[in-house]
Formats: sequence, C-alpha cells, structure tokens
Amino acid sequence: MALEAKNLTVAFEGNTILKNVNVSFSPGKRTAIIGPNGAGKSTLLKALSSLNRKYEGQVLLDGEDVREMGRKKLSQRLAILPQGAQAPADVTVKQLVDFGRFPYRSWLRASDPKADREAVEWAIERTQLNAFVDRPVIRLSGGERQRAWIAMALAQKPEILLLDEPTTYLDIGHQLEVMNIVEDLNREYGITIIMVLHDINHALQYADEIVVIKDHGVFAQGTPKEILTVDMLGNVFGVRADVFVNSKGISVLSPVSLVK
Amino acid sequence: MEVKEEASNAVLVRRIFVLIIFAVLAVGGFMLSVGMGSVSIPLDEIITVIFGTGTGTHEQILWNIRLPRTIVAAFVGINLALSGAVLQAIMKNPLADPHIIGISSGAGLAGIIVMLVFPGYEYLVTPVAFLGAMAAAVVIYILAWKNGIRPVRIILAGVAVSAFLGAGISALMIFHSDKVHGALMWMVGGLAARSWPHVDIIYPYAVAGIILVMLGARHLNILQLGDEIAKGLGLNVELTRIVMTAIAAMLAASAVSVVGLLGFVGLIVPHAARLIIGSDYRFLLPGAALLGAAVVMFSDTFARTAFAPTELPVGILMAGLGAPFFLFLLRREL
Repeated sequence: MALEAKNLTVAFEGNTILKNVNVSFSPGKRTAIIGPNGAGKSTLLKALSSLNRKYEGQVLLDGEDVREMGRKKLSQRLAILPQGAQAPADVTVKQLVDFGRFPYRSWLRASDPKADREAVEWAIERTQLNAFVDRPVIRLSGGERQRAWIAMALAQKPEILLLDEPTTYLDIGHQLEVMNIVEDLNREYGITIIMVLHDINHALQYADEIVVIKDHGVFAQGTPKEILTVDMLGNVFGVRADVFVNSKGISVLSPVSLVK
Repeated sequence: MEVKEEASNAVLVRRIFVLIIFAVLAVGGFMLSVGMGSVSIPLDEIITVIFGTGTGTHEQILWNIRLPRTIVAAFVGINLALSGAVLQAIMKNPLADPHIIGISSGAGLAGIIVMLVFPGYEYLVTPVAFLGAMAAAVVIYILAWKNGIRPVRIILAGVAVSAFLGAGISALMIFHSDKVHGALMWMVGGLAARSWPHVDIIYPYAVAGIILVMLGARHLNILQLGDEIAKGLGLNVELTRIVMTAIAAMLAASAVSVVGLLGFVGLIVPHAARLIIGSDYRFLLPGAALLGAAVVMFSDTFARTAFAPTELPVGILMAGLGAPFFLFLLRREL
C-alpha cells in the first residue's frame, strides 16, 4: 500500500471533520476523492499530505508514519498542490518550478545542480510550458498558471501527487488540458495521483478509483463504474441524475433535479 | 532554449547591476557623511586617515566624531532594512515593518520611562530600550499564539499592544511635560552625539543578523509562496516564522535602542528595494541592507549640514523625504 490513513480523526476547534477514517490508495493508480461540500475532502487531503499534522490516528507511506519522517524527505516522495496558490508578482515560471527543488536542498548538503536542472526541465516539458519559462506566473492565463504550479510539484520528483480541485476556475478546455496532463503523468511515469474533484464526470473519465467522503467518513470506495451511479448521486449529493453514454463509450451523469 | 537562457541571465545581470549601484550609493554615502560637516575634509585625506596615516585636527574629527556616527548610521540602516524585509516575507504583507512586532512602542516606552522617570540614569536608555523592544515583541508573540502563529493575529496583536504602550508614552510625556524635549528627540530618532560605544552596542547584532538572515534567504523565498505551498515543499513553517521573527526583532531592537524610533526605514527601504530588485530574497536582502545603509548615511549628512549649525533629527528628515518618494514608487508600480 503506498499511502493510507489509519483511524484518522481530524477535529478543528471542537468540530470533528473526519472521524475514524480508514482508507488506502493503491500505488500507480489515479484516485478521485469526491463528496459534498464540507464533507472533509480537503481536510483528508491536507492530513494525507502533512499540510496538517494535527490529527489522531496515522497516515502511513509504505507503512511508515509520515509524522516520523523528515518534512523534506516526505516532500521528495509526495507533492501536494493546494487550492488558491499565489506567487509574488515577479516570480517567473522557471523560478517557480525551481522552488520545487527546495526539498533537495539544505544548508549542509549542496544540491546537485544537474539533477535540479533536469528535474526543472522535465517538469516544464511535461506541462508544456516551454514557451513561458521567463514569464511572471501572475501574468499567465488560469490554465497556464495551474500548469506552472503542477510543474513546481513535479520538480519535487514525487511518487505521489495530490491535487485539490485542480480544475477550479478553469474553462472546460483548460480543465481537460490539466486532466490530460495528470493522466499522462500517471500513465508514463507511474506517479500515483490522488485528487479531490468536484466534477463527477471528470472522476468518471480520469480516475481508476473513487473514494466518496460523506458524513465525516468514507462512504464508499471502488471503481468509477461501481461507485458513480445514479443511486450514489441521490444518496450523497441529493441529486437525481440521468445517465448517457458518450462517444468514448463512457457513461456520464447529468444532474437533472434535486431529490425531494 | 538558447533564447530562454539569455532571458534568465539578463535578470541575473540586472540584479547584480542593481546591487553594485546600491553598493556604490552606500560607499558614496559613507564618504559624504564622513567628509561633510562644519569642517569639510577632502576625500584623499579621509582615505589616509582611515588607513591610519593621517594626523592633526582632521584626524581627531574623523576618528572621534564623524566615523563612529557614520558607522552607527550604516548599521542602523542595515538592521532596520533587513528587519523590515524579513517581516514582509513572514507576514506576507508589504506593509509589515518593525512597528508591527512592537519594537518601536516597546523601545519607546522603556526609553521614555528611563528619561522622564529616572532622569539620572540616562546611560541606561539603550539597554533598557532594547529589553523593552524585545519584551513587547515577546508579548505580541504570546498574544498571537494559538496553535501556531498566523500573520493576521500578529498584526492585530501588534496594533493592540502598540496602542496600549503608546498610551503609556503619551501619559508620561504629559505628566513630565517639563522634561519632554529629550524624550521627543528619542521618539523621532536621531544620530546626534552617537559615538564608538554605540558602535560597540550595535555591530554584534548587525553582523550576526546579516549572517542569519542570509542563511534564511531561501526559506523566506519559499515562505512567500504561502503556508500551504511552503509546507508541501517540506519547510517547517512555524519554526521558520518564529526564528526569523526573533532575528528581525533583535535587529530592529538593537537599532532603535541606539538611535531612537527611526521606524520608517524598516518599511520604505525594503519595499523600495523589492520594487527595484524583485522578490528573490537572495538579492533582496543584500539590496535592502545596502540601500538602508546608504539612505540613513545620506539623510544624516543632510540633516546635520542643511540647517547648520542647527541639526535636524534624521527621523524627521527621513519621514519628510521618504514618504513622498515612497508614494512616487507606489504610484509608478500600481
């Protein structure tokens, strides 16, 4: 098991957000975490990625408690792209991506410039940002900017990449662009993807596995086919949906009305 | 990729060029400050005196008056500018400065208590002010602590504590209005009669501070990306914030305890340096330090020569000239 949560309980100022969550993420797979607003998806992602280390229970990476690993050691294996990241106005794409090498640098140990350069170039290549390397991140379009942040995470050379709603605020074209990059990273390099998605149809199209979070815990886990059903949408989101088969042969769900 | 490499190099060349300009400004400010005054001393004589072969009254003036005062000015500029630059990264707020962590109000009240309530102990102003500044910073830290430090809570706690201490300062000035002149000079900040003992007080903090903040430059760069990104990159955000705030507090406290509340340098210089050199702290920190030294040395020279024999407190001059310049920079940027 690559990454797993064991009896994970997260409370914030007295409110329990996740309670006794047990979930494991298969290595090399793309897993989508879905669920209604406020169910604790982002909270789960933050605990999994050590952005928040104040929880009960354990998060294990290959059986090792992540809180007992060094932060930088962890960041060399696991990268997280949270929502709403912002860079100072003059930081260029290249500089931003280079920040992804931070986990490999320290006061005592000189960094390996060749490895740094290769990782940065690879990350820029994979996110198709070659044309923008010297442009300030703040001046990119929404889709390009999101790719730049993904590139920074890739420069960490992670085994596992966690993404929190990576397509929020993007138009449908840029949404697919980002999802395709994520899919390619998984297919070509075997990077385990764990992503919170709000679009059910993205989950259907791009995930191997679905984890549904509801009422402070895991409501269901399985393949998109098993999980993403009309019944589930009714139970979890209170939405009645129709099913269509699209031209790729994938069943897509279209919300029609609220369940009364 | 050739073209792209060139573009990146151009940024580097520009930054180094700006650093050189700032260094030239600092050296120019030093020479001017040492050379100008009621007796002006030519450049070649300054150099011979500094390298130990000068003689006569000019040597006396340089060694006993001008040099120590100029060195204090340079260190004050460096310390306040570095402190402000560090706090701006930590608070993720371009308007953060040493005021925010209570340095000015803490040093102000402590210094004024000594001057007004215990006027026989004026020689204790500097150490007591230093303790007052650090104490105020610690109190603000404790008040802002709640599962770690958040910039917004520091800023709010800082505003509240500063207002509280400010009330104490005002009350003391009103009750001791007969002795208020020295206290007013202290509140504005000035370099009059600063000499070697003051150099001895400030330089260890300056040297230690410069080394420590430069070691933290890459960490500050990461911190500017926000807490979550910084944590994701493996930075211990809480620890970095505490350590760097402590260093910033120490730098600013050593400066204001020696010259009084010269607050504005800590806000304007790092901000100006950032607009000119960019947000990369590996360049911004040395840039701010050089610019801070240059600004205080130039300002002090002007303040003591422009209306001679009357000396203007340098704090008044810097705020008077600095504020419009600051607005000019901002207008151009926005």
